[in-house]
Amino acid sequence: MTTDSQRRRHMIDLDDVDAEEIEEILTTTESMKEVLSREMKQVPALRGRNVVNMFFEDSTRTRISFELAARALSANVVSFSARGSSVEKGESLIDTVRTLQSLGADVVVMRHGESGAPYLVARHFHGSVINAGDGRHAHPTQALLDLFTIRERLGQIRDIKVVIVGDILHSRVARSDIWGLTRMGANVTLCAPPTLLGQHKYWLHTWPGLSISHDLDAAIKGADVVMALRLQKERMQAGLLPSLREYTRAYGITPERLAQLDERTLIMHPGPINEGVEISPEAATSPNSVIEAQVTNGVAVRMALLYRLAG
Amino acid sequence: MKERKQILTADDIRRALVRIAHEIDERNGGLQDVILVGIPRRGVPIAERIASAIADFEGVQVPVGQLDITLYRDDLRMRGTAAQMHKTSIQPDITGKTVVFVDDVLYTGRTVRAALDAIADLGRPSCIQLAVLIDRGHRELPIRADFVGKNVPTARSERVMVHLRECDGADEVLIERTSK
Repeated sequence: MTTDSQRRRHMIDLDDVDAEEIEEILTTTESMKEVLSREMKQVPALRGRNVVNMFFEDSTRTRISFELAARALSANVVSFSARGSSVEKGESLIDTVRTLQSLGADVVVMRHGESGAPYLVARHFHGSVINAGDGRHAHPTQALLDLFTIRERLGQIRDIKVVIVGDILHSRVARSDIWGLTRMGANVTLCAPPTLLGQHKYWLHTWPGLSISHDLDAAIKGADVVMALRLQKERMQAGLLPSLREYTRAYGITPERLAQLDERTLIMHPGPINEGVEISPEAATSPNSVIEAQVTNGVAVRMALLYRLAG
Repeated sequence: MKERKQILTADDIRRALVRIAHEIDERNGGLQDVILVGIPRRGVPIAERIASAIADFEGVQVPVGQLDITLYRDDLRMRGTAAQMHKTSIQPDITGKTVVFVDDVLYTGRTVRAALDAIADLGRPSCIQLAVLIDRGHRELPIRADFVGKNVPTARSERVMVHLRECDGADEVLIERTSK
């Protein structure tokens, strides 16, 4: 158990979260999941606390998930998007945070297009900051819900083989999953076209258990988890991809590849899905798919984090 | 200097729990609607032992559940860290049943208050009773136990330590005094 001095105040990236703490978060998540299974889905742990969701990028599931999580803990929740706020009038991020502080916010949950923005906010905010996605950098709550879902379904994370396929270069989800999975002892294979892989030599050096592949058919042999990432269609315009059809043929979870998977291999996707591009409808709705469980578990994971940071 | 004295032996604990089992049986005239609910950590093995004592002399298996009260505590903010949670699992539905809370030590009464809030979110028992191995006094709330293994007069500066096979390797109850 963490002592007072070690108590975490912010959750911005998993790079400073060790395996023991991840384990504690996942255990707390199990308890929160039990709360959500009740008819009365609310406990008083954060009664009277103010949680502000500050979203500078569009999001449906993450924002609703955080809102439901905060409400299930009886916190007061306010959500705002940059559109329609003073940010449009040119208020700086720091001013916005100072305003939220003066208004009595205890926790700020933020999504921002710039990598690293939550660190800036954390420096100017006396409460807790939870990163709900910043640029290409990190999305720690997504990684934690992925870890929870994997452990729930497979019973362990250590020594399993996970293939993350798609636009690794632009993906904050991939970055956080790599930290979390390797910390917990999983072997992770990144599979992507060279143009969407980024500085892979540097990464191999940083994370033990990480490997690189450009051949999805080879990579998925013996995989326990295959995680597809969302392909932003803008990437094609940027010249990083020849065509969507070619991408799907080489890197999509097609019905043919689905047929190659073991029946206990999990198919995961952080959503929202481009059906028929990175994943076929057959794969997304197959018995292997745990995409809906990921969404459900997201609420419990965020409750666990809110409780640990602000409880 | 810390000074420890044993106040209950393993045999004393066994006898106290068997007696509590008989009292629960007597009070509730038959046990068909009784559910024992242990409060983690040590209330849970104590509840299981009471249930097995009841099974021995009545041949009835009383259901045993556990109730985590962490999220209902009134001192969450006063503690440095968010307390690690335990599981809640109670079967069957408690509505209309007699719930007997089981805990190791009754002290300020705040744990029981939290348990009353927690159980209310799970259903509406017709009656709630409280069984504790040790009542050490110093209540801060209007709460009392229905079944007590042993009343132990203590000073607030003293610590009562319940050790159980399941959690601590051996059965005994100690009292710890800090002398200057």
